[in-house]
Amino acid sequence: MSVLIFVDHLHGHIKKASHEALTYGAKIAEQTGDTAEAVVLGNVSEDLAALGQHGVKKVHHVQSDALNTFDSQVYTKVIAQVAEQSGAKVIVFSNNSSGKALAPRVAVRLKAGLVAGATALPDISNGFVVRKAVFSGKAVANVAIKTDVKVVSLNVNAFTISTSEGTAEVVPFNATVDAPKTKIVGSTKTSGKVSLTEADVVVSAGRGLKGPENWKMVEDLADELGAALACSRPVADAHWRPHNEHVGQTGIAIAPNLYIAIGISGAIQHLAGVNRSKTIVVINKDPEAPFFKAADYGIVGDAFEVVPKITEAVKKIKGH
Amino acid sequence: MKILVCISKTPDTTAKIAFTDNNTKFAEAGVQWIINPYDEWYALVRAIELKEADASTTIHLATVGGADAEPIIRKALALGGDEAHRVNAEPTESYFVAAQLAAIAKGYDLVLLGKETIDYNGGAVGGMLAELLDLPYIANATNLQIAGTTATVKREIEGGEETIEVALPVVISCQKGMAEARIPNMRGIMAARTKPLKVVEPANIEAMTQYTSFQLPPAKAGVKLVSPDNVDELVRLLHEEARAI
Repeated sequence: MSVLIFVDHLHGHIKKASHEALTYGAKIAEQTGDTAEAVVLGNVSEDLAALGQHGVKKVHHVQSDALNTFDSQVYTKVIAQVAEQSGAKVIVFSNNSSGKALAPRVAVRLKAGLVAGATALPDISNGFVVRKAVFSGKAVANVAIKTDVKVVSLNVNAFTISTSEGTAEVVPFNATVDAPKTKIVGSTKTSGKVSLTEADVVVSAGRGLKGPENWKMVEDLADELGAALACSRPVADAHWRPHNEHVGQTGIAIAPNLYIAIGISGAIQHLAGVNRSKTIVVINKDPEAPFFKAADYGIVGDAFEVVPKITEAVKKIKGH
Repeated sequence: MKILVCISKTPDTTAKIAFTDNNTKFAEAGVQWIINPYDEWYALVRAIELKEADASTTIHLATVGGADAEPIIRKALALGGDEAHRVNAEPTESYFVAAQLAAIAKGYDLVLLGKETIDYNGGAVGGMLAELLDLPYIANATNLQIAGTTATVKREIEGGEETIEVALPVVISCQKGMAEARIPNMRGIMAARTKPLKVVEPANIEAMTQYTSFQLPPAKAGVKLVSPDNVDELVRLLHEEARAI
């Protein structure tokens, strides 16, 4: 029996979220006394044996030209074949862009219950109960999976990557691979240097910045912190910033290690998208801004004066 | 073109979240119910835009829910749906909902729904439905164009966007970028009263998961305020205390 972890990659580079999923899956295998195994589809430029550092013992590598671009229907059938042959009783995905399409499909195909967006290891003391955030982070739920085979997708940034000595056996897997029905005809990189959903640090700004021309100071701080940029909904709606930077209940939900909110009052819908951040810093000149109630650290002050000073202070502490 | 838009009833975005029955049930008292924003603002409105561009298009709505879901169905009809199906069952989990929807989702060119509901945040129904229907699935789409029988869809990926071409039929989950929210007008509200709303009895589907309990997150310790004249102190705290930078 095994715990099978899907390893997601983009253009051959394994995504950070996959390293989290590998660590998480290996820990589940430790709990259940099973072997942690991984499945990789398509060509990868990295050393797959090194995935053993996260605790997986075997990597099933399926290669086919048809797998070099992502198609959830094709991928699902291949992952199901690997899962069935390796006797997987738990299949782990990251709840990232690929996992959101794959985990539900694989669950149906394997007649397995799914918990999408797990935030902690399952409790196996009485069944298999997985914790996840619900009501847009305003509550947590415990969800019992009742089927023999179980599928779990792990929220991005919800589990710390651990590495140790270890090498995995890399085994080619011969699967039946269908021709994809979808065709990728283009791709673009978003303006930020760091992926918003995967970022450890996110610097975000709102209407308090008064206009798109004032974003340079926010970008400078983000650059200094190696952070992704984000914004509140009114800012995206006014087209000051692209919609793919809008974080909040109706935009993108994030859970970085550090979230810095500049000139954002903290409407309940905004909080619902960022409240899983580990540390929240709020900079706002209005001391009554509701965001201060959800913040860990705050500065009541004018962003135009405070933010450049923070950038300088970060430079100093980082020795730049 | 025949479009099916799947909609869910969710608590209003500002609803107070609390639980009853020893923290096993969501406390519904006093809660205002709305169409799940992703279903309404993005999936339904994009479907309406496609119909406006091609008058031969029909938009059907489907939901799984009791009679108390009818106000949100009527609102969706007022926005521009042509007819609606309500599977007469309380939604319990993603698979149960997807399996109920699959029974009425056959024969459509396009099945649209929001990327997730704002209450249980699973985002799983679209993928499950696609698998049950054996159709392609594009999750978290930000743009959709139709030309003949081909859909061109943009979807968000880590650090960027991909543009995908797929032949219809296809299942697509929608998010911000897809369309701009609308409000129903009086003519739509009046017309919605007479549009067909079919009630379908549910198929016998066994749930695969069960929500056993809920908790509210632990309260924050309170904000530590730092003087704007002493930002070095903030950076020191983030470095040494929070270990965040």
